[in-house]
Amino acid sequence: MSVRSEELGNTGTLAYPSRIRLPYTWHAGKVGSRFYQEIKDNCKLWGIKCPKCKQVFVPPRETCPRCYCEMGEWVELSGTGTLLTYTVTRYAVPDIQPQKPPFALGIIKLDGADTGLVHLLGEIDLNHISVGLRVKAVFRDAREGNYLDIKYFKPLKARTTED
Amino acid sequence: MEKVGIIGVAQTRYRRYNPASHAELAYEVTSKALEDAGLTIDDIDNTITVCNDFWDGRTISSMTITEATGSHKSPTTNVEGDGTYGALMGLMRLLSGLHEITLVVAQSKISEGIPSVITNAMFDPIYERMLGLDAINSAALQMRSYMAKYGVTEEQCAKVSVKNHKNARANPYAHLPLDITVKDVLKSRVLADPIKLLDTSPVSDGACAIIMARGRTAKRKHAKPVWIKGVGHCADAYHLGDRDLAEVDALASAAKRAYEMAGIRNPLKQIHVAEVYDAFSYMELMWMEGLGFCDRGKAGAMVDSGLTEMNGSLPVNPSGGVLSAHAVQVAGLARIAEAVLQLRGEAGDRQVDGASTALAHGIEGACGQGHCVFILGK
Repeated sequence: MSVRSEELGNTGTLAYPSRIRLPYTWHAGKVGSRFYQEIKDNCKLWGIKCPKCKQVFVPPRETCPRCYCEMGEWVELSGTGTLLTYTVTRYAVPDIQPQKPPFALGIIKLDGADTGLVHLLGEIDLNHISVGLRVKAVFRDAREGNYLDIKYFKPLKARTTED
Repeated sequence: MEKVGIIGVAQTRYRRYNPASHAELAYEVTSKALEDAGLTIDDIDNTITVCNDFWDGRTISSMTITEATGSHKSPTTNVEGDGTYGALMGLMRLLSGLHEITLVVAQSKISEGIPSVITNAMFDPIYERMLGLDAINSAALQMRSYMAKYGVTEEQCAKVSVKNHKNARANPYAHLPLDITVKDVLKSRVLADPIKLLDTSPVSDGACAIIMARGRTAKRKHAKPVWIKGVGHCADAYHLGDRDLAEVDALASAAKRAYEMAGIRNPLKQIHVAEVYDAFSYMELMWMEGLGFCDRGKAGAMVDSGLTEMNGSLPVNPSGGVLSAHAVQVAGLARIAEAVLQLRGEAGDRQVDGASTALAHGIEGACGQGHCVFILGK
């Protein structure tokens, strides 16, 4: 093992650049697994409904954050929705980013759901995104059972030159 | 609540690439806080450290600074969260009646890691983490949401940055004192629109310590103890899409608890100075609303009026705030330390004249998921 030392200016102190390597396996649980199985096998988005407040949550989770009870009723969603907010990331952090910047992220309220889903926006003019835009899910051809099986959300209507 | 006083505070100067080690930073503020309180390490009967393993680049990081904080061979516990939560736990220790004098120490060296990689790791690995979310672009989603709902403008957010960097010029601990204009902020590099470089806080290394004591002990040990009058904390839902990001319900709930304890009915009149966790310019505006200084959506107009300037009726972040120094775990505890200096009348060129009640606020999690509010008084 070799350690590279860097001297910090004229302070006479050393710094040791290194990298923490930490393999880890996260389990998606019953609910997360079913969500991804439906996406992988059928290109379908499903939410989960609270028996008490009747709110539909997506991405799904086991318990209602509002009523603190178990949720079990699955609700099929159309994959279309409305953009609640968005941003275009313009700085590069290759270790974490799914694509080269600039890329757009938004929170989408899917039709039939009561919560927002954070995801990428694609096939979109990065300078003409607006809150309230109608969008729909586009799925990846080769799906692996993870969040990026949804490739991105794209505008429902392509922009015309008059827009 | 039984009286608890803050009798010692200390901060390092904040800067990027501080060549000191974590332990050296912790020792610097521990020894200075003891000196400030007129105590020795033998007077401290328990310690709270505020360390986060990801930011520190090692696991069980708190155990690596026990000697530096003088807390080995004595009751010591770590809080992995903002420094205000460390102070909250310190307060609980004293209220338990089992301890008399608590030392709370927070230290962070943000320049040692890659902040975006670390803040990406706060998002759900099963769901959103793969999107490349981090503290900056998630905040951009919140800022856009807030602007869209209430018509708050980028100019109004920029005014917060101008004000706080200007205030920082009177704070010898600040990392980033700047003389800038609204135009400078608006023209600074876009990171994740609507967030520009000058809407963000710097990458800072630093530390802060406070010493708290039960009522009678505080009075006996210090000429000017600052009393904890009220405290409240509250967290919102984890997933960003579950929350209305333009709203501040968790903060409003935390503030309500703190105000009830402190007997505050009209915060705008009864609080004389506020130090809030402005990790991004727009956050100061949202937190003003959650703290009840104005109605929802009206903080932009409040900043336009100049009310939160040093010469206004409620100076907000006289220290320059988090926008001017952001050693993450430390930042909330620094808000408390600054509030204590204000109430002692020892805040130097950033002193708010006649301040007798102060507010200090910390956050944790993405887009201010959790909030902790302290009301301090003479």
